[in-house]
Amino acid sequence: MAENYTLKIRRYNPESGDTAFWHEYGVELDPERSVLDGILQAKDREDASIGIRCSCRAAICGSCAVRINGKTALACNTRISDAADRAGADAPIVVEPMNNMPVLKDLIVDMDAVHWKKVRRVVPWLLPDGPPPEREYIVPAEAMIDVTQSMACIQCGACVGACLSLEVDPEFIGPAALAKAYRFVGDPRDGQTEERLKDLAEDPHGMYDCTHCFACIEVCPKDVAPMSQIMRLRRRATGDYEIKDRNNGYGHEKGFVDIIEKWGTLHEAQLLPRSFGDGSMIKGQTEPGAVKQLVEALPTALRGLKSGKVTVKKALLHPKLPDQDQVRRIFKEIHFKDERLELNMYIVGENSDEEEPAMGEGSQET
Amino acid sequence: MKLAYWPGCVSRGFTPELHGSMELVAPKLDLELVELDRANCCGAGVIAEHNQELVDTLNARTFAMAQRVEGAAGMMNVCSTCQGAQSECQERLDADGDYREEVNSHLKAESLSYERDPDWWNKNFLWLLVEEIGLEALAEKVVRPLEGLRIAPFYGCYIVRPTGRLGYDKHPERDRYLDQVIEVLGAESVEYAGSHKCCGFPVITMNRVTSLRQAGRHLADAIDAGADCLVTPCPLCHLNLDMQQPDASKYVERDLGVPVLHLPQMVGLALGLEPKDLGMDKHVVKTREVQRKVAELAAA
Repeated sequence: MAENYTLKIRRYNPESGDTAFWHEYGVELDPERSVLDGILQAKDREDASIGIRCSCRAAICGSCAVRINGKTALACNTRISDAADRAGADAPIVVEPMNNMPVLKDLIVDMDAVHWKKVRRVVPWLLPDGPPPEREYIVPAEAMIDVTQSMACIQCGACVGACLSLEVDPEFIGPAALAKAYRFVGDPRDGQTEERLKDLAEDPHGMYDCTHCFACIEVCPKDVAPMSQIMRLRRRATGDYEIKDRNNGYGHEKGFVDIIEKWGTLHEAQLLPRSFGDGSMIKGQTEPGAVKQLVEALPTALRGLKSGKVTVKKALLHPKLPDQDQVRRIFKEIHFKDERLELNMYIVGENSDEEEPAMGEGSQET
Repeated sequence: MKLAYWPGCVSRGFTPELHGSMELVAPKLDLELVELDRANCCGAGVIAEHNQELVDTLNARTFAMAQRVEGAAGMMNVCSTCQGAQSECQERLDADGDYREEVNSHLKAESLSYERDPDWWNKNFLWLLVEEIGLEALAEKVVRPLEGLRIAPFYGCYIVRPTGRLGYDKHPERDRYLDQVIEVLGAESVEYAGSHKCCGFPVITMNRVTSLRQAGRHLADAIDAGADCLVTPCPLCHLNLDMQQPDASKYVERDLGVPVLHLPQMVGLALGLEPKDLGMDKHVVKTREVQRKVAELAAA
C-alpha cells in the first residue's frame, strides 16, 4: 500500500548563476519501491527540471549513485522505506549529489572529470606479453578467483564519491581506478604486472595514498571492496616484487612486520626510521632521504617526550612478549610456505562452513 | 563482569594514559579485567596487507587465549583499530572450517585453538558500555555529570565500517554509541562533519599531507561546531589528532588547539576520578580548560 514520504533534494544549476538550495518534495509510493522511484515521481508530478542520471533502475547500469542521508548509494538500489527509517522520525530523506566530483546539475556529477579520468590513468586494458596465442588464452580457473571481485565493478563511482582520501587529496587515483588496476595486475595473462605495480607504488597519489577508511567497501553496491583490492596491490608490490617505493609503502609494511616478528607488539619508536629506510633500522638512520624525513618528524617526537607520553627508555627499549618464540615460530611457518594462503570472502561468503571451501592462492611468485 | 582484556600495543606504548585510565575506570564499573599480557599485536591492517594467513593466525592466537580465561563474559579491547582488524580476522576464521583448521594448526604446539562460538564476543569498551553495561546502569554510576561540556565524538574508521563485518545487523546503533555515552554522562554531544571520518593515521608515514589535512580538517570542524574537546575510542586516532595537532594546524592553515580525550578518560571524569589520575596531563594539546570546567562542576 502506498505511503507518503518526503524527499529533500539538493538543487543546483551552475548555469543559472544561483546558489544551491534545498527543496522538499512529497511523494506517494509503496514502501518497497526505491528512492529513485521517489525522485522520478517528484520529477514527473512536481518539477520536471530535477536533474538525475538513471537508466536500468535495477542496479546494473550504475548511473544513479547519489548521497542518501549522507551515505553514497545507488538510488535504484535503496528502498525508500529503509531510507525513511534511516532518516529518522518526521525527518525528510536527504538526497544530494555525490562528493568528490563537480556537480553538473542537481544530482548529476561530472564523472568524466574525475572518475573516468582516473580509470584511464591505470591503463584499464590487458597488456599481454608477446603475440597473442593462436586460439584463446588458457587460464587456470583458480588464477581468476582473485580478480573476480574487481570484475564485478559497474563503474557507478559510489566509492569515488565516498572516498575520504580523495576528499583531501583530489589527485589520489582513488578506489575505483585502483580496483580496476588490480583486475589487470591479478590477471595471469597480463605481461606488465611489475611495471603497473611500480607505477602505482611510486605515484605519491597511488596505492599508498589510501587511508584504510573502509568507506569504499561500505558503499559499493556490488561488493567489489575496492580497499581490499588496493591491499592486494600492495601485497603484490611488496611481497612479490619487493618494490622499494619513494612513498615508504614498502618500508612501512616491512618495518611493521619485522617489528612484530621480533617483539610481538609494536615498538612504535622504531616504526618511523624503519619506514623511511625501506624497513631497515640502519638505512633509516643513515641514508640522506631517510634522515631528512626523520628530522621532519623530530618535533612530533619531542612533543611526545615533553608531554610524558613517550619516555627515553620506552623509545629505546621495548619488551619482548613472554612467549615471543611462539610468535616467531608462527611467522617462520607461514613465511616458509611456497604460496600465500588466502580465504577469499567474496567467493566463500559468510558462515559457509557447510559448503565447499574456496581458497584462492594469493600469488604464484612468492 | 569478568573480561579477557586486550589493551593493544599503543595503549601501553605512546598513549599510556589510555591503559592507565581504563584500569582505573574498570573497578568503578564492576569490570574485572584479566589482561592478555602474552597476546600479540592485531596487525593494525598492515599485517593483513602483508599476509592474510599470518594475521589470521596471530589474532586466532589472541582469541584462543581469551577463550581460555575462565568465567570471562567475553573479550574487551580499547582500540577501534584492534576491533576492526580483529573482527576482519574473526569473520574469515568463522566463515570456513577448513581454513580455521589450517590456521589453528599453527597454534597446536601450545595447545591453543580458536573455536567458533556464536556466543563468544570481542567488543571495544564503547560497545561494552552500551551493550553489556547498559546506558541506564552507566547513568546511575555517574557522580559528576559533565554538564556544560561540549564534546565532539570521533569514532575511528575501524569501528564504524564496514558495517556488514562489525555486527551492525544486530546492533544498528553502534555508529551512535559515542554520542549516546557523551549524553548519558551529562555532557553535550557536538555534531560536526568529521565524527565518522578518517583521522589520517594509517598514511602518516606515506603521505603526510593527506594524513594531516584529514586530521586538521576534522579538528577544525569540531572547533567550529563549538567543541571543548574531542573524545575517541581509538588511540591511533588520538595520536594523529593530539600528538600531530600542531603540525596538522599548518596543513589546514589555521590555529587549532582542541584537546582529544580517550574514552575511558571521559567516563572516568564522570565517575568522579581526577583528571591527573586519568593521565590528562600526558596530552600534547593541553587539557587545562577541560580540567578547569570539570573542577567547577566538582565545586558546584
